Amino acid sequence: MSVLIFVEIDNGSVKKTSLEAVAYGAEVAKMTGTTATVLALGKADAAALEQTGAFGASKVLHASDDKLTHENSLAYADVLAQAVTQEDSKIIILAKSGLGDAVAARASAKLKAGIVSGVTELPVINGNFTVKRSIFTGKAFSNVEIKSDIKILVVQKNAFEATESSEKATIEAFSPVLRDQDFQANIVSVEKASSELSLTEANIIVSGGRGMKGPENWQPLLDLAGALGAATGCSKPVSDLDWRPHHEHIGQTGIKVAPNLYIACGISGAIQHLAGVNGSKYIVVINKDPEAPFFKAADYGIVGDVFEILPKLTKAVEDLK
Amino acid sequence: MKILVCITNVPDTTAKITFTDNNTKLNKAGVQFIIGPYDDYALARAVELKEKLGGSVTVLHVGGADAEPQIRKALAIGADDAIRVNAEPVDSYFVASQIAYVAGQNNYDLILMGRESIDFNSGVVHGLVGEMLGIPSYSPVMKLEIEGTTATLAREIDGGKETLSATLPLVLGCQEPISEWKIPNMRGIMTARTKPLLVVEPVAMEEFTAPGNYSLPAPKGACKMIPADQAEMLIKLLRTEAKVI
Repeated sequence: MSVLIFVEIDNGSVKKTSLEAVAYGAEVAKMTGTTATVLALGKADAAALEQTGAFGASKVLHASDDKLTHENSLAYADVLAQAVTQEDSKIIILAKSGLGDAVAARASAKLKAGIVSGVTELPVINGNFTVKRSIFTGKAFSNVEIKSDIKILVVQKNAFEATESSEKATIEAFSPVLRDQDFQANIVSVEKASSELSLTEANIIVSGGRGMKGPENWQPLLDLAGALGAATGCSKPVSDLDWRPHHEHIGQTGIKVAPNLYIACGISGAIQHLAGVNGSKYIVVINKDPEAPFFKAADYGIVGDVFEILPKLTKAVEDLK
Repeated sequence: MKILVCITNVPDTTAKITFTDNNTKLNKAGVQFIIGPYDDYALARAVELKEKLGGSVTVLHVGGADAEPQIRKALAIGADDAIRVNAEPVDSYFVASQIAYVAGQNNYDLILMGRESIDFNSGVVHGLVGEMLGIPSYSPVMKLEIEGTTATLAREIDGGKETLSATLPLVLGCQEPISEWKIPNMRGIMTARTKPLLVVEPVAMEEFTAPGNYSLPAPKGACKMIPADQAEMLIKLLRTEAKVI
């Protein structure tokens, strides 16, 4: 009957967003008088799996078959459904991501389970089971009651403040049946910018827009990001102009991010861009135009020349160290 | 090549979202509705594939009659016919079940849709439909080529890109730059009027969720402005006040 949390593994470690999902799942387990079990697939470090205990998991089911190391939503969903059956779980938690949604969706159809994606808070359980979710790309929320016996919640970043303990989870080997049909796709190539910090995982993002005036001017922005340990992003025009790679594009049709701190440099703040960043806890806007609409969505603003301001900020960050 | 493109009918990205009836209904007054922007990319690619490989493009929408202008627009862009399942969508599972039912009666080689709808942002319908039909689903697909019965597609994975090939039939959630949005031309608009639009009733199914009320986020406090010549003050505030660095 445990709450089952599906975690994503990156280079052997559990992703930070997944650890948040573990903490969320552990809290739901407490609310429902049960324990939290983590499901981890593919190659993973034992220490990293045990560490999910610090976020409230008591047990980790680890299906270590190397066939499961490369992300495969078809196989993952099937394994998840098998784990749900074995554990007799009624509540399944995943972190919101392209993979999380895909796995949750297919598992939902297998298990005939009600699914809600984009959950922003702990559920309200009072006879009914109600969750709050983000809709209209952060412009509104909706409460949804889940009525099915098995419930799948895909939770957003920052849905629950995780606190760490020193507990360790016990690891249990899990040997699901893998179906050939889930491994029919032929992976032609995988390009990963492995050295870069992923935008969806980053706590701080420094992002540039057309106000940066050209790809050759990015260094001061990269310096600030480096000093802050931040990931870098950009607006749509910047990626359309090929000033920055497409996977840095943040916005309605790009990546949606929810960092603790988002610093926008020379981005006016078109509504399509705001749609990608309104999950951020704090927004800083630096723009030479005091009328830039982004200031309305910002917590802190500086009107001025980004090329003068960025080095000052970098120096101030370095002075803190 | 028989392609099914599923489209949503959603408020324009710039629409101001408010609710009526004690926050239980979207206030549609003054809101412009559009084909979901991601669905629009899927449709554009479907039309290109049809032009290249022959075959047909059918547009499917699950929703009320108020979506018909958007369905006609999809026909004007180049789809051959359309199906509307006449139902108020309950949730993703409901919509996916209706799509899977229609798809199950026609053998489509490809079922395309946007990576997510921009109203509920779930991004789970393609996965649900794939599982319901027992075929693979992939998302978000940024490049799609078809040769015979093999699809080669590039999709975004965390921090990078994966290229894979798979055998049709497939369900794909699409996003840019899979194609460029198409604007209907006059001939398209004229012919769209007479293209078939079939209205079917939904299949009955168990509903797993029940919608409750809506709410709006708390209004944002005023932006604290920092003079440019004291920019370093920002870093201090981020540490002591916001406590984020």
